[in-house]
Amino acid sequence: MAENREFFYRRLHSLLGVIPIGIFLMQHLFVNHLSTYGPEAFNKGADFLANLPFRLGLEFVVIYIPILFHAIYGVYIAFTAKPNSVRYGYFRNWMFLLQRITGIVTLIFIVWHVWETRLANAIYGTEINFDLMATILSSPFMFWFYIVGVVSTVFHFANGLWSFFVTWGITVSPRSQKIMTYVTVGVFLLFTYMGIASLIAFAQG
Amino acid sequence: MAEKQKTIRLIIERQDSPDSKPYDEEFEIPYRKNMNVISALMEIRRNPVNAKGEKTTPVHWEMGCLEEVCGACSMVINGKPQQSCSSLIDQLEQPVRLAPMRTFPVIRDLAVDRSRMFDSLKKVKAWVPIDGTYDIGPGPRMAESKRQWAYELSKCMTCGVCLEACPNVNSQSNFIGPAPLSQVRLFNSHPTGSLHKKERMDALLGDGGLQGCGNSQNCVQVCPKGIPLTTSIAALNREASTHSFKSFFGSDYHN
Ligand code: SF4
Ligand code: FES
Repeated sequence: MAENREFFYRRLHSLLGVIPIGIFLMQHLFVNHLSTYGPEAFNKGADFLANLPFRLGLEFVVIYIPILFHAIYGVYIAFTAKPNSVRYGYFRNWMFLLQRITGIVTLIFIVWHVWETRLANAIYGTEINFDLMATILSSPFMFWFYIVGVVSTVFHFANGLWSFFVTWGITVSPRSQKIMTYVTVGVFLLFTYMGIASLIAFAQG
Repeated sequence: MAEKQKTIRLIIERQDSPDSKPYDEEFEIPYRKNMNVISALMEIRRNPVNAKGEKTTPVHWEMGCLEEVCGACSMVINGKPQQSCSSLIDQLEQPVRLAPMRTFPVIRDLAVDRSRMFDSLKKVKAWVPIDGTYDIGPGPRMAESKRQWAYELSKCMTCGVCLEACPNVNSQSNFIGPAPLSQVRLFNSHPTGSLHKKERMDALLGDGGLQGCGNSQNCVQVCPKGIPLTTSIAALNREASTHSFKSFFGSDYHN
């Protein structure tokens, strides 16, 4: 095992990005979308999640530990690359660079977002509901910070999904990789729409 | 008919020794028809005078086959890594800018040390073992369609252009780069070469191996031989998935 660590870590990093983190992200954006149906609908959805059995255990196993590993190893990956997208301006090379930039942006966004919501709840007992988000997003700065954060997160997920399929040897031929590009663009557009729509709904109170 | 002599302008990034500082030097040489970059360099070697008219040292570079099969003459020409023997002056924008491929250690001027690629090929056992203490006899036949496909992969000349273009091959990483990876696929698919598939896969999944790829896919765009490097990498990823699965859950032997 000792000398094979890099391969193992890299594959683990790829896997965790999709399962469970990617699945959690999609779930999160789905539930957020309830905000477009009004505060009650959103609060009901949030309550359901908050009252799941073994919540803390679930959060650690499905969210915190995987994200922590993915983030720390991801920063290491990002900083061992020497981007050259200007010299070699091919589409995939720009995606390569954007994947690393959005990774860092997403990390900053998530840290702030978790601090403001889940940690505030754990430390100060702040209630997580529609009003909390409405208050946060009523500030234009925060609203745009969240827009950038959500778009960056969804991009990182969608493009990461594309790489996931290559990394695990599922899409091998150029044709399958190209089709997967279209599929992941669809994923990006769909979840970006959902994320932004819910942010607007919150902001409008 | 006293037409002014046409000239070619070149700006060359030079470096006197492996550790000294690089500097630019400009040259202006007489134009001849159908010149390639190497013949321009030969002209400078014949008459090592720079554009300011000062005498200087001849520019050093490497070459071998002069027909784009050995890879020795690779350098960065107008920003793109390519072979100087097959780069024609008439097709290049002037001034022609020449620089060494800095992914590799520079020996002098445009010559670089590509040893790391050859070491990587050794590491992943990129060969078909034929010599032994006894005659192992003829190998099985290969399907013609497969031979044709494998021939494309075998065109790799270890030129290093794909490593130069790869953002993950650099001084902070130990990634061996696209070329040796594709060679593993070539030799694994050979009927006799496949006898050593397990050893190759084990080496490939060691540190600095296959997992170093970050899917920028520059390699496949720049390879002068049109080798399907990213398809090879994805195919090896698939192989690696089953290989590591078998190594962990499998029995005591698998190839
Ligand atoms: S794969 Fe292509 S670019 Fe890379 S070393 Fe071989 S011939 Fe050169
Ligand atoms: S001299 Fe052999 S490739 Fe140019």
